[in-house]
Amino acid sequence: MAKMVEIRWHARGGQGAVLASRYLAASAIRENLYFQAFPQFGTERMGAPIVAYTRISDAPINLRCAIERPDMVVVLDPTLLKAVKVTANLKEGGAVIANYPGTVADLARELEVDGQFKVYAVDAYKISSEELGRPIPNTPMVGALARVMGLIKLENILAEFEEQFSHRFKPEIVQKNLQAVRRAYEEVQGL
Amino acid sequence: MREYINGNEAVARAVRLARVDVVAAYPITPQSPVVEEIAAQIASGELDAEYIRVESEHAALAACYGAAVTGMRVFTATSSQGLAYMFEMLHYVSGSRVPVVMAVANRGLAAPWTIWADHQDSIVCRDTGWIQLYVETAQEALDTCLQAYRIAEHPEVLTPVMVCLDGYVLSHTEEVVEIPAQEAVDTFLPPYKPQRVVEPERPLVFGVGAGPDLYPAFKQAQQEAMDRAREVICRVDEEFYRIFGRRHGGLVDPYRCRDAEIVLVTLGATTGTAREVADRLRQEGIKVGVLRLRALRPFPAEEVRRALAGCRVVAVLDRNCSFGYEGAVCTEVKAALLGLKEPPAVVGFILGLGGQDIRQADIEDIFRRCLAAGSGAVHQVAAAQSR
Repeated sequence: MAKMVEIRWHARGGQGAVLASRYLAASAIRENLYFQAFPQFGTERMGAPIVAYTRISDAPINLRCAIERPDMVVVLDPTLLKAVKVTANLKEGGAVIANYPGTVADLARELEVDGQFKVYAVDAYKISSEELGRPIPNTPMVGALARVMGLIKLENILAEFEEQFSHRFKPEIVQKNLQAVRRAYEEVQGL
Repeated sequence: MREYINGNEAVARAVRLARVDVVAAYPITPQSPVVEEIAAQIASGELDAEYIRVESEHAALAACYGAAVTGMRVFTATSSQGLAYMFEMLHYVSGSRVPVVMAVANRGLAAPWTIWADHQDSIVCRDTGWIQLYVETAQEALDTCLQAYRIAEHPEVLTPVMVCLDGYVLSHTEEVVEIPAQEAVDTFLPPYKPQRVVEPERPLVFGVGAGPDLYPAFKQAQQEAMDRAREVICRVDEEFYRIFGRRHGGLVDPYRCRDAEIVLVTLGATTGTAREVADRLRQEGIKVGVLRLRALRPFPAEEVRRALAGCRVVAVLDRNCSFGYEGAVCTEVKAALLGLKEPPAVVGFILGLGGQDIRQADIEDIFRRCLAAGSGAVHQVAAAQSR
């Protein structure tokens, strides 16, 4: 049987969730995994809560329906935790990975999670502010997700980011982004 | 080379690989990224083509028509209201037998206004004389756009082709797509060699009119070209397979139909979901199959009859409605089965209008309802209940 992971992304319009899922996907191609990624079909506004989806599988993906019961939820902005029920329809035993400045125990309390889901926290704003000088959560969150998911090697993610970013940024900026991904991979905390 | 792109980008890649000469289009959601990408390719010099900016979809297809009669390889894309706005020109293009290829990112029609997927827009163009191919994946969208030029430009066919891909579900969903090498595409699809062209250097005036004595002969010729297109579509798909190692079923794409008791007939992307459900029910010992119609025009009546002859119940999933009767595909399938000695019962289901998600549970429900249906019963289930 094919192994498939279904991921739901919560972000605000403009935070780069779609781009993040794109880089994740492109890294997965390096591992011969199959991918499908789609936005919540419709319109999008800067700053408004948005949802995007990703399927990752070791076999070609046939499904063409929405993801109803995700295995994982990634939250790019901590203010969404109050605005949106990010654990809605998450599979029993599924994982929430959030950009969160507090401890993972605080996050679990805020999400009202009591053992039914795994909870992971990483301070992506702090990491990106320190490494890039700006709070851009999408690149570090890919690092954190990769760590939790375990399907894609960090080196493949870094290689993909390096390739993609080197077309757009100076080598110095590329290295800072890679460092942000690496740090989130290392620093993500879990319950 | 494997890349990670969506259905719209896959179509734009195909246009570049096909070395299209002229593109005229007007943006409309969810198709706009196709023509934006093509415009960018032309601007950067990756594609040596002329992009004609127009004031409407009607003008877009008129421009394509004009370019095509001069022997150019032509492309356009649209959706929904835009396709409706082209309606008049659709007939001019097909009746004049010029091989235009158009991608339609399927979207419902207003009112109520919607930007989301269903097949109503292209289904209402069923009788415009265009070949209609419905694709299931971004990969198939790319491959079929390449195949479409071979089909449309075939001297025995000379009929325009619509490549229909579900809006958002394919147009905006990113997946792994194998991008064929340019040299291989050049082998598969050499430059268009038109038999007759209108030369701008030698201007002439044409009146594309025919009196009652001649008009029927033109229509008869179109009908015969469509009949010949059936074989050409299959042959082109096979030839594509020999070069690229992928085929998409020609006219129809049956899945586990051979010994099936119930077969679900589908168009487009939902087929993949239906296959997953069929696999699951098969594990329970319920014999179900899925028959995807890749071509709606020409209609593959013979292939449909052959695929469905042995089953007890045929379910037809229509993402459209012919108001006052039933889903359009259901009517077609029923007609194809006429004359069989023991024809299966046919049950129609209308689902997924205006972007309503077609879930695995919905498809399982269809199969289970058909399982309970008695033999010989032919009835129509009313339009989808809202959820």
